[in-house]
Amino acid sequence: MAKMRGAQMVVEAMREEGVEVVFGYPGGAIMNVYDEIYKHRYFQHILTRHEQAAVHAADGYARATGKVGVAFVTSGPGFTNAVTGLATAYMDSIPLVVISGQVPLSMIGTDAFQEIDAVGISRPCTKHNYLVQSARELPRILAEAFYIARSGRPGPVHIDIPKDVTAEVAEFVYPKEVKLETYKPTIRGNVRQIKKAVEAIKSASRPIFYLGGGIIHSNSAHLVRELVDATQIPAVETLMARGTLPHDHPQLLGMVGMHGSYAANMAMSEADLLIALGPRFDDRVTGKLSEFAKYAKVIHIDIDPSSIGKLVPVNYPIVGDLKAVLQELLPLAKKEIDPDRYAKWREILKRYDELHPLQYKDSDEVLKPQWVIERVGQKLKGRARITTDVGQHQMWTAQFYPFTRPREFITSGGLGTMGFGFPAAIGVKRGVGDEVVVNFTGDGSILMNIQELITAVQYRLPVINIILNNSYLGMVRQWQTFFYDKRYAETDLSIQPDFVRVAEAFGGVGYRVKTKEEFDKALDDALSKGVVALIDVIVDRYENVLPMVPAGGTLYNMLLEYKD
Amino acid sequence: MGERRVISVIVLNEHGALTRITGLFAARGYNIESLTVAPIPGSSYSRLTIVTQGDSQVIEQIIKQLHKLIPVYKVIEHSELVEKEMVMAKIPLEERLADVEALCRAYNGNIVNIGKDTAIIMAADEPKRIRNFIEALKRFNPKEIVRSGVVAIER
Repeated sequence: MAKMRGAQMVVEAMREEGVEVVFGYPGGAIMNVYDEIYKHRYFQHILTRHEQAAVHAADGYARATGKVGVAFVTSGPGFTNAVTGLATAYMDSIPLVVISGQVPLSMIGTDAFQEIDAVGISRPCTKHNYLVQSARELPRILAEAFYIARSGRPGPVHIDIPKDVTAEVAEFVYPKEVKLETYKPTIRGNVRQIKKAVEAIKSASRPIFYLGGGIIHSNSAHLVRELVDATQIPAVETLMARGTLPHDHPQLLGMVGMHGSYAANMAMSEADLLIALGPRFDDRVTGKLSEFAKYAKVIHIDIDPSSIGKLVPVNYPIVGDLKAVLQELLPLAKKEIDPDRYAKWREILKRYDELHPLQYKDSDEVLKPQWVIERVGQKLKGRARITTDVGQHQMWTAQFYPFTRPREFITSGGLGTMGFGFPAAIGVKRGVGDEVVVNFTGDGSILMNIQELITAVQYRLPVINIILNNSYLGMVRQWQTFFYDKRYAETDLSIQPDFVRVAEAFGGVGYRVKTKEEFDKALDDALSKGVVALIDVIVDRYENVLPMVPAGGTLYNMLLEYKD
Repeated sequence: MGERRVISVIVLNEHGALTRITGLFAARGYNIESLTVAPIPGSSYSRLTIVTQGDSQVIEQIIKQLHKLIPVYKVIEHSELVEKEMVMAKIPLEERLADVEALCRAYNGNIVNIGKDTAIIMAADEPKRIRNFIEALKRFNPKEIVRSGVVAIER
């Protein structure tokens, strides 16, 4: 048994957990911990230039690798800057451990310098949080935090450590195993329920797989592919499930929801059975709840019981880890289900897809954002990780990029955090090594964490940012066009920085392109040089994301085109 | 609004546990009609009794969300239960205390303290009867009424 300071326990715990990288930003209350980082060098520390970016980078790293992402920040503003990162990870169930410094125990509650009630703020946007009271409990709390973050429905865990606790000496024994009396996620699904679900699929005539982010978190995409192939039941993906099936899979109808494909949304509306694998019936998917899949019975498999039946009544609830449940379900489904049964249904949906395929009108005069995304797909399909910020470019990427595998597409879904894409891409790049990382962003989003150019340059993490620049806050502009009579309140971003010079000022490479030829040249150049790049792509100012289900509308009532 | 429901929560007796529970109710828009909390003797847990309102879907969500909190050990939604609530009140000494005492006795109560100007009375009974008691008490011009909130135990 070794005696050591609380601060050293923190870095020792990182070693015990196999943490290879921590993203962070030092400050007064966490200096003891940074002192130990300096002494021990157990892991790489990446100094972002804003705490929000540190948490997004840890988040991107976690999404790309499946490991727990770790970030360190100081008290007060260091912590409050990190909150958007916590909330982003919480909404998308991403495993993080975020450690913040706090003022000494004796000063808590005195409105001390850089004091804020951090656990009070993080409580509603973390899976769990801790305010550490003594160094004695630190090893247990650190081990619990990693266990809670990655088990069950994953999520961020926040540990707030007062400065005197990091200075306090106590014995360090890192728990080999964490057992919590009050927290025991259900892993195995109920076998009788699984059998009933298979029976329901057998007797359905218009079943549909509704694939959600739980597939990615549980690493069960290969099992889902096997199930879809064996049953030949058509499938739709949520934003968070993109890449579960390859983009050209014969049963994949595309993305579902507000900007889903016509065929996917009609399939949901006409199905008689939803087979929901780890989705959460988000309002951006369901539209008006009373009209959502109203002819369908529902099978819902999810590790979080509170997700089941929260918004839509479920006929066959199965609580469990999706992978474990699919391992039970798959042999039954293969034996019992005859794919020919759904031939007519597949035919109907194919006709829907032919009637209104996902499309855009290309142009020779002006670059279309969808073309840019497709072009990147042609060049990099299957060998790049794609991150996005939030807005029109995000939806176009989700619609038009040819995804081939899980964890290929990394985006802020639930919280919709502008400024996520670039720092997340830095974390992704750190996690995936030689693979190319492309961040599709907008001229609005990129400015929300542009300072991270210097982080990417410093640590040689060559992320290629492609700004689909329409000089608008495009998604809000689109809503203003459709629903606000073109009153473009505060969405015109015509006054812009020179992104080429911004990139250069930070030590990266910038390109400004207006034609297909220029884009090809810029992308090839950035790829061959392996540099941190900003490609400022001037695109059609008034392109809209379509189809669109207006907020609160019904899935079968899509705007398929916009007529001025 | 839905019907009145009583939920008991067994939670680790630790820093911030109560905030997690009340915060959850506030954040998700659930109503708390009354809440009582005290440590469970001889254990590291506390027991909360929450009276709330909602249709069955809302109650189901409340229970699932409570379960999801890491320090929550058990959530009990009562169907068969014994409920009690306590009330204390100050009655001016010039009121007819014999009548007050008779009223208290009818509701498992008595006069517990006589001060300079007021008598303190208490009663402990089912929540519905406590409401009746408070109604009946009004004619004695109570200066102050304090209710405890409900405690419940399953039959």
